[in-house]
Amino acid sequence: MYRDMLLIRRFEEAAARLYAQGKFGGFCHLYIGQEAVGTGVIYALQEKDYIISTYRDHGHALVRGLDPRALMAELLGKRTGIVKGKGGSMHFFDVHKNFLGGHGIVGGHVALASGVGWAIKYKKLDAVVVAFFGEGAANIGAFHEGLNLAALWKLPVVFVCENNHYSMGTPIYRALSVPDVSIRAVAYNMERDKFDGDDVLYVYKRILPYIEKARRGEGPSLIEISTYRFRGHSMSDPAKYRTPEEVETWKRRDPISRAQKMLEYNGVDEKEFARIEAEVRNIVEDAIRFSEESPEPAPYELYTDVYVE
Amino acid sequence: MPKITYREAVRRAMIEEMERDPNVFLMGEEVGHYQGAYKCSQGMLEKFGEMRVVDTPISEQGFAGVGIGAAMLGLRPIIEFMTWNFSLVAFDQIYNNAAKILYMSGGQIPIPIVFRGPGGAGGMLAAQHSQSLEALYVHCPGLKVVAPATAYDAYGLLKSSIRDNNPVIFIEGEVLYNTSWEVPDEEFLIPIGKADVKREGKDFTIITWNRGFWFTMEALDRILKEGYDPLILDLRSLRPMDEQAIIEATLKTGRVLIIEEGWPRASVGSYVSDFIQRNCFYDLHAPILRVSQEDVPMPYARNLERLSLPNPDKIMQAVKTLMSF
Ligand SMILES: Cc1ncc(C[n+]2csc(CCOP(=O)(O)OP(=O)(O)O)c2C)c(N)n1
Repeated sequence: MYRDMLLIRRFEEAAARLYAQGKFGGFCHLYIGQEAVGTGVIYALQEKDYIISTYRDHGHALVRGLDPRALMAELLGKRTGIVKGKGGSMHFFDVHKNFLGGHGIVGGHVALASGVGWAIKYKKLDAVVVAFFGEGAANIGAFHEGLNLAALWKLPVVFVCENNHYSMGTPIYRALSVPDVSIRAVAYNMERDKFDGDDVLYVYKRILPYIEKARRGEGPSLIEISTYRFRGHSMSDPAKYRTPEEVETWKRRDPISRAQKMLEYNGVDEKEFARIEAEVRNIVEDAIRFSEESPEPAPYELYTDVYVE
Repeated sequence: MPKITYREAVRRAMIEEMERDPNVFLMGEEVGHYQGAYKCSQGMLEKFGEMRVVDTPISEQGFAGVGIGAAMLGLRPIIEFMTWNFSLVAFDQIYNNAAKILYMSGGQIPIPIVFRGPGGAGGMLAAQHSQSLEALYVHCPGLKVVAPATAYDAYGLLKSSIRDNNPVIFIEGEVLYNTSWEVPDEEFLIPIGKADVKREGKDFTIITWNRGFWFTMEALDRILKEGYDPLILDLRSLRPMDEQAIIEATLKTGRVLIIEEGWPRASVGSYVSDFIQRNCFYDLHAPILRVSQEDVPMPYARNLERLSLPNPDKIMQAVKTLMSF
């Protein structure tokens, strides 16, 4: 878990550098600060389970085990990218990993998650689907319709709200009539929970029962996990709407330092940390090299994948 | 050949495809216990059970999304919109998800789904319940759009749509459900993207689809009485469109009249017209003319509604202008 969180951090720091150098464009939403949420939740899943994500999808994809080379190449818009250079930062997909995509319309994919749940039930698969979204998505129609249908039909979905306290520049108190997202589950007679997301083991332990409940066919849950993004909403956002003090307060709860302290307490020594750091840096550097050396998509690819032949 | 109604054709196609493939299911408002708002799914709940004929609450965005999500895992949903008017609520799901997921996923995730339901103007249903929206869907790459005029075409095309691995927008005619047409008892398919010459002729070409075909038929007697011999080309599929058939029909007569139920601006007809002038410019003897719904929301009053839609008077006037060149 520690290694995966560090991988997300180093991968995204590298992405931010490359972005700043103009090596790629588009929107680039970083997950830095929220690593414990995606990691804790995804570790509680099995390989046969499904994940559906937002435009802030780098972290989820990495923990799920999508190839860092292909992800970096996707950022750079290369032929070797995870979706052949057709999706970019916001649209990582890998069917082999049951990773059903990063989606760019806030909340739209929450309804898709219910549909994945429907298919799991229809095909009698022994699986669940987790949908990640931000607290901003909880104000969108597709969120409410998706939750109602999932509860109505007892679908195996775990709705995970990563509440990072801001949707772009809008803080919760200017966007949600009730600042608590999880309480909306009550309206749909759905199981709910709410907890902090800076301790990865804690996230893992708290989410597991809801995943198992969904797996047993006992219906969906809405889980709100409190977290914070250390950077702006996207690379183009300097995040001036937050005070340095506020950001500092949250940084003291950095999930990676926290995990490191815990490991130190449990006797993991400096050499081991250095080894993990080196391993992660190697993966990221290799991914950068690979993507920079990769060719761009062939022009004919413009017209492929619009329709299945 | 036995005649069946357009409604029966739709139902027969759905039932046969659901019997053939257990991954096909029908979902929408009132499709089950109520037997379908327009009775297209009559008897299907009893036959297939609640997992395959699924009643939903009034949540167009929600169940359109559920269908797409289910299709991501290889199911083949038929999503019924009670009418296409309500599909506007689900527009984001159709445009941003159904149409784009294949492309965004670099070809990894096809979305084999059919969205179907009645479109067009009903009897005095007024502005929010009487509109032809096919142009909206034809506009978007990633979608296929089918709009059959007859029971025969509805049957063969719906079966192809359900078997297609792409999202298909299948627009039925709300006032066509009771129209009958000869449909053989044996199974057959009509490929998406193939137009049909409904009448051979040499003086001018009428290009139309869905209810436009029936507007054409209403005017046909008068056209023939005036001594004209029109070729009637029914497009049936609007995306992909049978470009070859359009060119051939245009070259045969050198004159084209497009009859459509939808609004005139940025419409399917305007695209067809553009296509013809780009490909057949030197073979045209007259400008391409169009008869459409007037450029207004649909009024309620019976006389205004009739004035607003294509009708034999408007069609005759257009024919005369077309032949005056
Ligand atoms: C329907 C829609 N409206 C607006 C946007 C632009 N937008 C992208 S992300 C975002 C903020 C969403 O915040 P939240 O759901 O809390 O997720 P977070 O970015 O904080 O992870 C907005 C407004 C969009 N992508 N989709």
